[in-house]
Amino acid sequence: MRYAETGVYLEIDLSRGNIEKVQSDPKDTELYLGGLGTNAKILWERVPPEVEPFSPDNLLIFSAGLLCGTPAIGCNRTIVSTISPQTRLMAFSMMGGFWAPELKFAGYDKVILRGKSSNLVYIHIHDDKVEIRDAAHLKGKGAIETADLIRKELKDPKLQVAAIGTAGENRVFFASIEQGRSSASRGGIGAVMGDKGVKAIAVRGTKDIYVARPAEFLKLCQEVMAYIQWREAHPIPGVMPILAGLGSPQEMKVHDEKWHTENFMWGNSRVRRKDFWNEEIAKKWMETLESMRTRLISCYNCPMKCGATITPPGHSTYMMKCFSKLTYTMAAFSDLEFGLKIAQIATEHGVDGFSAPQVMAFAVELYENGILTDEDMPGFPQGNEERFYWLLEKIVHREGIGDVLADGTYWAAQKIGKGAEAYAHNTIKKHEQLPLKLSMLNPIYFLMYSTGEKINITQIEGQFPQAPFPTREAREEFVKDWFQVPHERFKQYFLDWEPRGEKSMPFYPTVEMCCDIVDWQERMHYIDDALGMCAGLSSFPLKPPYHIHNYPKFISAGAGIEMDEETLTEATKRYRTLVRAINIRRGMRRADDKPPENHWKKRFPELEKQLLDAYYQMKGWNLDGIPTVETLKKLGLDYVAKDFLERGILEGA
Amino acid sequence: MGDTIKKKIKSIKIDVDKCNGCRACEMICSAFHANPKYSSNNPARSRIRVIWDPLRDIYVPVYAGEYTPAECAGRDKYVINGKEYEECAFCRASCPSRPEFKEPDSGLPLKCDMCEGEEKPLCVEWCITDALTFEEREEEVEVQPEIEELEAGLEALIDKYGLDKTLETVSRLTSKT
Repeated sequence: MRYAETGVYLEIDLSRGNIEKVQSDPKDTELYLGGLGTNAKILWERVPPEVEPFSPDNLLIFSAGLLCGTPAIGCNRTIVSTISPQTRLMAFSMMGGFWAPELKFAGYDKVILRGKSSNLVYIHIHDDKVEIRDAAHLKGKGAIETADLIRKELKDPKLQVAAIGTAGENRVFFASIEQGRSSASRGGIGAVMGDKGVKAIAVRGTKDIYVARPAEFLKLCQEVMAYIQWREAHPIPGVMPILAGLGSPQEMKVHDEKWHTENFMWGNSRVRRKDFWNEEIAKKWMETLESMRTRLISCYNCPMKCGATITPPGHSTYMMKCFSKLTYTMAAFSDLEFGLKIAQIATEHGVDGFSAPQVMAFAVELYENGILTDEDMPGFPQGNEERFYWLLEKIVHREGIGDVLADGTYWAAQKIGKGAEAYAHNTIKKHEQLPLKLSMLNPIYFLMYSTGEKINITQIEGQFPQAPFPTREAREEFVKDWFQVPHERFKQYFLDWEPRGEKSMPFYPTVEMCCDIVDWQERMHYIDDALGMCAGLSSFPLKPPYHIHNYPKFISAGAGIEMDEETLTEATKRYRTLVRAINIRRGMRRADDKPPENHWKKRFPELEKQLLDAYYQMKGWNLDGIPTVETLKKLGLDYVAKDFLERGILEGA
Repeated sequence: MGDTIKKKIKSIKIDVDKCNGCRACEMICSAFHANPKYSSNNPARSRIRVIWDPLRDIYVPVYAGEYTPAECAGRDKYVINGKEYEECAFCRASCPSRPEFKEPDSGLPLKCDMCEGEEKPLCVEWCITDALTFEEREEEVEVQPEIEELEAGLEALIDKYGLDKTLETVSRLTSKT
C-alpha cells in the first residue's frame, strides 16, 4: 500500500507511440521524496550530458509533488523537469493550479515523456485509459484555446489541461507550458514539449489518494488552516503590503504599485523612474484593473486568492497572477492597460512573463542604438506599443529577426554581434532575470543569485526579511512569534541587523551567517518542490504556515515515511546536491555562479569570493563548486561520485 | 387544525460571487465520507461539486440531492447578470445526464447528509472565503396532516370496498408481518 503517492509513473515513448505504467521504487521516495527530488534522480540516470535539449533522448517529466492530492492545503504544484534549451542545464519550472492533483487522482505520480512524435499529438489520460491523439487541428492554437477545444472534443469539462501555444510549437527558448490558471514558464520547457510534438496533456482522475495516519494528518491540516486565518488577520507591520501577508505576492488584489514601478527597472532593465507614481496614475491603473478583473481565484485546495480572471476589452479572457501584471507594462514604458492586453496574447502564445518582455525591450534598445536596423527588421512599426505586439508575433512564429530573438537575449546577442552582447546584461547562466538594479551589495542575495540552481530569485528567497527593520524595537516585535526559524540563532542574526553602521550590509550578516540564512531559505524551497507545496504558503512569505517543524510530521502522517527535521534536511541536501551534480556534469562551474555584472553598483570582490568559498564549503563542494567524493558518499550518492571520477570531473584520491 | 412541532432546518447558503474555485469543499467532503474517516480523498466521490467554467466566470457549488432514474425531457438555460448557466448547473440530482454525485466505481448515487455527527458541514468549515455559510433555523411544522390524509384514504377505501372487506384485508396484512 502506497500512501500520498500512487507509486506509478506513466512512461510515454512518443517515437514509438508506446505507453507503459511503471511501478516506482518506494526506496526512492524515502531518499528523494518526490516531485523535484525523484525527477532529478531520473534525469541523472537517463539523460547523460551528451544529450542535447532537443534530442529525442531528452526527457520531459511532469511530476505531481509527494503530497499533491492529499488534503494538505495549497499542495497542488506540478514540477516539470527537463534539460533547458536556453541554459543547457537542468530546468525545473513549476505550476500551481489543478493539474497535479488531477494526475494523482488518475493514478499517477509522474508522466515521463521521451522520444519525439513525428506529427503534433496530445495525450489524454482518464484514469487507466491513456491515449495519444492527433492534434493536427490544434496546431497554431493558443494554449488556453487549446484546453477549451480539448474539453469540448472529449466532452469532459472536468479535464485539466497543460498545453503549449505557438511559442512552444516553434521551440522558442522561453516558451511556457500553460494550464489556464497558472503556467510553468521558466527555462524554456515549453520548447522541449513542442520539440517532442506534444501540444497538450489532458488529465482526468476519479481514484482515491490515501494517507497513512488519517486523524493525525487531518489535525495537521486544521492547524495550517487556523494559522492561515490568523496570519491573514495579522499582516506583518513595517514591510510593504505584498510581503506582509501570505500567498504569492497579491498583485491581482493590490492597486498601489508605487514600490514596483519606482524600484524595479523599466525598458531592458535599464531605467529607474523614482518619481513615477502619482495620484493620476494610481487612479487610472485602479480603473484599468477594476474594469478588467472579473474575479480573484485560487488553485486547488487553497484559500489564498493569488490569481484573477482578466478580460481586456476586445480580447479573450485569461487568468493571471503575480508580477506578470507589470513586466510587459514596464518593459514597454507603457501603462497597465497595455500590459494586461498584451499579456493575454502572450499567455495564448505561451511565453514566460519574465523573459518575453525583456527580450522585446532588448530588441527595441538594439534598434534604437542602431545595432538592429530596418534591414534586419523590415516593417518594424514606429509606435512603441505596436512594436511590442509586432515583436511578440515575430518571436513566437520565429519569423525574421524573431527567429534570432526567440533564443533569448544571451544567444540572440551572440548571433547579432556588433556589440549586442552588452545589451544582454540581465542574465544569469543565459537566463533572463527580474529587472532589478540596486546600489549596495546584499550578501545574502549575492549568494542566492549566484548559486540558485533554479536561476530565479523568487524561487529561492523567502522566510528571512529582505532588509533589516529600522529599529531594534520593531525587530524584537518581529521575532516574538517567529517560531518558523530552524534554530534560535536566526532570531539573533535578525535582531542585530541594522540598516546602517557596523552591523549593516555588506559585512553584516557575516559570511557564515549569510551561508546559514541562504541554506535555510534554499532548503524550504527544495522541500516545497518535492512535496508540490506552493511557495506562497511556505518558502516564499515571512512566517508561513508550513515550516521545517511541521513538514516532517506531514510527510510521516501523509506518506507513512518516518521523518524528522534531520532526515528531512538530509533528504533535501541529497537531491539539492543531485541537481547540482546534473549541472556540473553538463559543464557548469564556479565561474557561472554569479549575478548579472551590474546588479549592484557597489560590489566587493574580496567579500564575494569569501561568500562563495564559505557557501561551497558548507555544502561540501570544492572551490570550483563541485560536490566532493566524500560529500557525495555521505549522502548516498556514490553513483554520482563514481561518474565524476570516471569522467575526470573529480580526481581520485 | 392539528398541533405543530418545532423542527430544525439545516441549510447551506451558497454565495457564488464569493467562490474562488479552490474545491476544498470537494476535498474535505470526500475525505470525511471515506472509510475509515479521512483515510482517503477523491473529489469524484464528493457530495458537493463546484460546477465551474473559469473563462466564463461560472462557479456554482452544488450539493447532491435525490437520485433520479431519468433525466429531464428538455433543458433550460438561465442568464444571470449576462452569464449563461445550464439548468443542470443548479440541479442537485444524481442523474443519468452527468457524472456528478455517483460513486465512480459502482455508479451508486451519492447524497449530502450535512456531515452527520459534526457541528456543521465540513465544506462550510473549510470554505474560509465564505462562499458557503451554514444556517440553522427552527420552523413550526404541523404534525396533523399526515393522519388526516390517512383517514381520508381509508374512508375512500371503505366507500369503495365496504367496511368488512377493508378490515379483513388490513388484518390479513398485519398478521403477515
